[in-house]
Amino acid sequence: MLTFAVRRLVLAVPTLLFISFVIFMLLQLAPGDPMAQVPLTVPPEVKEKMRQALGVGEPPLVQYWKWLVQVFWLEPKVFIDYLTNSSTLLGWLPDTQLYQGELRVISWQTRSPVMDIVIQRIPQTLWVVGMAYIVGILIALPIGIYSAYRQYSIFDQSGTFITMIGFSVPPFFTGPLLIVIFSVSLGWFPSIYDTTHVVNDWASFKYQLSQMILPVMVLALQTTAQISRYMRASMLDNLNQDYVRTARAKGLSEAVVVAVHVLRNSMIPVITVIALGVPAIFGGAIITENVFKVNGIGQLLITALFANDLPMVMTLTFIFAVLIVLFNLIADILYGLLDPRIRYD
Amino acid sequence: MTLKSLLMGAVASVAIAPAAFAERGADGEVKIIYWQAPSILNPFLSGGTKDVESASMIIEPLARYNEKGELVPWLVEEIPTVANGGVSEDLTTITWNITPGLLWSDGTPFTSADVAFTYEYCTDPEGGCAQVTKFEGVTSVETPDETTVVVTFGGPTPNPYGPFVGGESPILQKAQFEACKGAAASTCTEQNFNPIGTGPFVVDEFKPNDVITMSANPNYRDPAKPAFASVTFKGGGDARAAGQAVMETGEFDYAWNLQLAPDVIASMEAGGKGVAVAGFGPLLERIMINQTNPSPDLPEGERSTAMHPHPFLTEPAVYKAMSMAIDRPLLVEIGYGQAGKVGCSWVPAPEAFASTFEGCEVQDLEGAKAMLDEAGIVDSDGDGVREHNGVPLSILYQTSTNAVRQDFQALIKEWWEQIGFEVELRNIDASVFFGGDPGSPDTFQKFYADVEMYANTFNGTDPQAYLGNGLCDKAPRPETQWQGENISRFCMPEYDALHAELTQTADLAERQRIGRELSAMNIDNGGMIPLVHRGRLSAHASSLGGVVLNVWDSELWNVADWHRIKSN
Repeated sequence: MLTFAVRRLVLAVPTLLFISFVIFMLLQLAPGDPMAQVPLTVPPEVKEKMRQALGVGEPPLVQYWKWLVQVFWLEPKVFIDYLTNSSTLLGWLPDTQLYQGELRVISWQTRSPVMDIVIQRIPQTLWVVGMAYIVGILIALPIGIYSAYRQYSIFDQSGTFITMIGFSVPPFFTGPLLIVIFSVSLGWFPSIYDTTHVVNDWASFKYQLSQMILPVMVLALQTTAQISRYMRASMLDNLNQDYVRTARAKGLSEAVVVAVHVLRNSMIPVITVIALGVPAIFGGAIITENVFKVNGIGQLLITALFANDLPMVMTLTFIFAVLIVLFNLIADILYGLLDPRIRYD
Repeated sequence: MTLKSLLMGAVASVAIAPAAFAERGADGEVKIIYWQAPSILNPFLSGGTKDVESASMIIEPLARYNEKGELVPWLVEEIPTVANGGVSEDLTTITWNITPGLLWSDGTPFTSADVAFTYEYCTDPEGGCAQVTKFEGVTSVETPDETTVVVTFGGPTPNPYGPFVGGESPILQKAQFEACKGAAASTCTEQNFNPIGTGPFVVDEFKPNDVITMSANPNYRDPAKPAFASVTFKGGGDARAAGQAVMETGEFDYAWNLQLAPDVIASMEAGGKGVAVAGFGPLLERIMINQTNPSPDLPEGERSTAMHPHPFLTEPAVYKAMSMAIDRPLLVEIGYGQAGKVGCSWVPAPEAFASTFEGCEVQDLEGAKAMLDEAGIVDSDGDGVREHNGVPLSILYQTSTNAVRQDFQALIKEWWEQIGFEVELRNIDASVFFGGDPGSPDTFQKFYADVEMYANTFNGTDPQAYLGNGLCDKAPRPETQWQGENISRFCMPEYDALHAELTQTADLAERQRIGRELSAMNIDNGGMIPLVHRGRLSAHASSLGGVVLNVWDSELWNVADWHRIKSN
């Protein structure tokens, strides 16, 4: 198992380098100009100067090389300095001071390091999108199990109907719909997420809950739809197996048969599906974040795209690529751990 | 109750009421939402409206424009003019006298050295300063003493109010930005996110593209202001959600620039928690007429250049008929509602610069047809499209992707087809259309179409540079990498001569007359078809007092005067 993991990790390096190069070239070839949002009253010569100050005019390969150096050499240095300097985990180590003030990956919109903004955005994305994922899974699993156990019952049919809605209604519809109902008409929940809110007592926790409910509902609907279908299909595969009949013949109760024998076996593919969905949490939810003004990673990506902020787009998409490769590996390893029939060595 | 206690009560209430009303920070928090989120608080590095306006609460210029477009002294004692001796007789120097005793928010004194530093900062050739045109023509900025700034221009400058005037030219603190000049500008994240200013608020935390939290500046020059102790300045989402948050749910107090359909605004106002306010600057939605031939048959480099005049759009009967066929009041009603007026002049505001022409406000389809018939431009081959010298009046009409613009395109296409044109429509994503990439065939500068529609405006109140956009040598062409502001490639020696006269004229009334004449000359000779004079629409909560919508400067120019209206 260890050799397998190491081999896969080593193979991931050329894969990621290739991905980063493809992303970079695609962004280079795409039309657009980082100065497009600057008003027409700023004359073209000035815009040209501003582009030069951003380093837009350099040959693409030079830009790519600089970006590689910044991401793989300078950013880790900054991270290690942070760990040894201000983090509680490794703060006891002597301050390394590796970073000497070289130019990091700088966003064209904000003229500040991209990674600092990413770190700033992670909490609200994890709170909202991560919570929605957990809520979605918690709802989906029982629905999937019961739907399969009582296949074609009214519960199963209505579950199928609701998951179809979850699959087919996009968040740019459900989001504003929920805002109109719960914020505008009823006034129960805020329509705009407050990213500066700090939870430090019961009242502020309640407020945090109330501002998270709507975006979490929108996102959880989609997760629920997806996972519950997988769970149902996987349960159905197992319910008709011989070992289930054996278990029943031994006189085990239905609860033990379903919850222990069938469920454990059915969870194997579902867990890999769940693991593969984790990178999407870090990717944020572009539309839902925009609708509720959560301003997490998804909103960061979309504003960077609109502003043609190439370093930001490049770095974000690359982080997503790393996460996807990583969680594919984790899913494979989990599969091996859970299912004794699968061995990689 | 005795007379004495009554009197005491009256005295007490008189003593307390004004104090309670005019106390700094007495009104708690104000929440502002901009649907475009600010990225940086240093307007010299961005130029985006969202960044300029959010920064205007923190850093300030020497003088500002008020809601009528008049200059008002801000950090100085009075506006220098020739009459009061502040501007030299030969129009080459302007002397500003800074109000003594001003402090930065960190408590250090505000001096002329900061003003001079701001000039050096923005004009550094490696800095890529977005506002460098504000300092055009300036040869030196001198500081004879701590409160005097003398700006010297290279030649006579009738309008010397460019540098240090208006929200786009605020003063930076020398001590803070000294190490950030030139190529170092991008590395100064801390300074760019937390500028020290003289404005009513100071930054507590800046989260780029998300939210700014601010609190009242303890060293603000008016001890009774600002009324609000803190500001939450949220960014993101879209105009509809921002309007909703102010007018329907009441979560926010102020929403900026609500470019929404008139019926949407009306239904939001029915929510009753806020009102929409409109202000009119010189923003004009117009159709530019290509004076050169954009035919794809021409080789690259000659297409849409002065080498090949347009086969029929240079014909007065053609462009005049196109203008007559347009129902401007209907366009205003459909597209902009209270945020629009009929546009008849290239410079629709200030009022004194606005020209007009006959028949601007009425649609005249029959008149347009008659005019074309009279000029001999008739449909000779019976396909429903008129021909001029054998070339059919078939045009490509492009604009940026935007719901209102596509509505306008559909309507105008309909009208033009009624008078015998053939119209093909095209829309291009705004970031490409306005992107200025010389390699792209789809930019508005390249103008590979017969007509195109967009809006443009100018900063401040003097249109001299803006009217310069009609000069022959400002045409985008291959030699200039397709850069240039004369989009329609309008070229008339008389126009150039009259504009040269404007640059030499100091008298305001005379400048206004020349300005009107230039605008009319451009429209009469087929440079553009003005459509709608667009205003800016913002919304504020009914309980927010002191809002004066200003289109000549930052919308948040008087945020120090904003206060909560007590509802009891």
